Amino acid sequence: MVIFLAKRAAFMLLTMLAVSILVFLLLEVNGESVAVKVLGPYTSEEQRRLWLEANGYFEPWYVRYFGWLANMASGDFGESLRFKVPVGDVLWPRLLNTAILGGMVFAIMVPLALVLGVLAGMREGSALDRTITVGAVVTTSIPEFASSVLLAFIFVFYLAWLPGTSTMSEGFDLSQMVLPVMVLVLYGFGYIARMMRASMAEVMQSAYIKTARLKGLPVQRVILRHALRNALIAPFTVIILQINWLLSGVIVVEFYFAYNGFGRLLLEASLNQDIYLIQACAMVAVFVAVGTQTLADIGYTYLNPRIRFT
Amino acid sequence: MTDRTVDAPAPRRQSPLIGALKAALLLRESIVGTVGALIILFWVFVALFAGLLAPYDPIAQMTPFQAPFATDADGNFFLLGTDHLGRDVLSRIIFGAQRVLIYAPLATFSAYAVGIVMGLLAGYKRGWVDDVLSRVSDIILSFPILVLYVVIITTFGASAINIVLAVTFASGPGIMRIVRGLVLDLRNRDYVAAAQTRGESMWYIMFVEILPNARGPLIVDACLRLGYTTITIGVLGFLGLGLPPPQPDWGGMINETRAMATFAPHMTVFPCIAISSLVLGLNLLADGMREVSLRD
Repeated sequence: MVIFLAKRAAFMLLTMLAVSILVFLLLEVNGESVAVKVLGPYTSEEQRRLWLEANGYFEPWYVRYFGWLANMASGDFGESLRFKVPVGDVLWPRLLNTAILGGMVFAIMVPLALVLGVLAGMREGSALDRTITVGAVVTTSIPEFASSVLLAFIFVFYLAWLPGTSTMSEGFDLSQMVLPVMVLVLYGFGYIARMMRASMAEVMQSAYIKTARLKGLPVQRVILRHALRNALIAPFTVIILQINWLLSGVIVVEFYFAYNGFGRLLLEASLNQDIYLIQACAMVAVFVAVGTQTLADIGYTYLNPRIRFT
Repeated sequence: MTDRTVDAPAPRRQSPLIGALKAALLLRESIVGTVGALIILFWVFVALFAGLLAPYDPIAQMTPFQAPFATDADGNFFLLGTDHLGRDVLSRIIFGAQRVLIYAPLATFSAYAVGIVMGLLAGYKRGWVDDVLSRVSDIILSFPILVLYVVIITTFGASAINIVLAVTFASGPGIMRIVRGLVLDLRNRDYVAAAQTRGESMWYIMFVEILPNARGPLIVDACLRLGYTTITIGVLGFLGLGLPPPQPDWGGMINETRAMATFAPHMTVFPCIAISSLVLGLNLLADGMREVSLRD
């Protein structure tokens, strides 16, 4: 078990290292363009040269990479060009806001998707199964930006039930969370529901369920006591991996509803070429994604007794 | 007496056209797949005959903020209204279909070309080639996908070619994984061993013996990926990072007009319906094909 965990942790560390090289190559390796972004496009060649020299940009790239990596790892991301404060001061509160949004999405999406998946998978090919399956395809086909527009049209302009922006300018307001959460749940639940359905349908075919049914146990009891426990193993991984998808989804939703979260920060940073902020955001996003992937692997191995630790 | 093997007209593989026709006939058995195929055919038709179908020039500026079914002072009729610059929404959606149906397949095709070569090499050669390609894929796939797109496009600039390259970079590795998995299964088949014994080259075996036999799952996946790419192009346009204006682009149309949605929602709602229906068509078709392929 310890060896397995150590292996996963080492793999995660290696992936992060490789990603950091990629981010460095993409944004940092060309010192000249960094100087233009930091000092602005209307600076003289001489000014840029002085800045590059003062900040050690004339060292060979691998020397710079390790210095940069050391700063990143210690949480010193540099200063945001746009906000004029250390990157961390902007980043962490925004990340917390996104965690709140994501937490609410998961709290609604996961139970909903699991229940629908079980209902559909219980009896494959039934009318209920077909309705749920097609419904899930339809909601998954509407991109987040389109459902944002369509739901805002219905609930903000037509019915006037909900606020159209989620800036939270007067403190936290639950009614402003409804639309962003609804959009993400609508787009995301279909995938988990389909996985749950497939897993449930497979378990229902297995010998031990047939035995339980033949013993004369009530259907409800067979499903709740026997089928569900095993059927939940496969969707577990999918649910954890949805966090990676959520990091993409929040960019669109936070942008549309003007919610002050991580996704909007990343987009703003990219549009303004706020280079140190982009680097920090990209690294944090990948850290979360790789971290959850590792968690999914560990959880799956732990849950599934058929896999032995290696 | 001629040699039997020479004049016997028994083609080893059916022509792709007949295969496609057979598949289309099979698809009729799935209602979901048929509906999907019809939606796609509708948009392909619209894109092909955009010049004939569109009532106006998509970038001509007429009377702004006309509601759907409105006729302006000059007697121009607008079925879906006009936008803030007085451009006909219907014509823009029709020409937008043309644009998305050029770039989404182009980007998907490019990603497939890269992913297939990588996957064939990794699965067939194994060893260090497989290790390197698989690790590289793991790294790229560990990025949340839109984060990757946003960073790439803002760094290199929003243009058609950059969007195609970004899609190739971001989804090539996913395709590689699928192809690799299929190849690992197919490489031990007898016909591959036979080709190896005949002394065929590695590329011949990969592309002529293995790839055609992996086509089933790949076609379904391509259909789904075409849907994702359509969404991606839409999202980038929506975020202001898409295909450059003034030529109409569905995502871009939404981005340009969303601030005015309070009083003229038709400008944003119709492009949303257009893109959702196209993606829905692709997803339903993929579902139908999977259903039919599982049946036999």
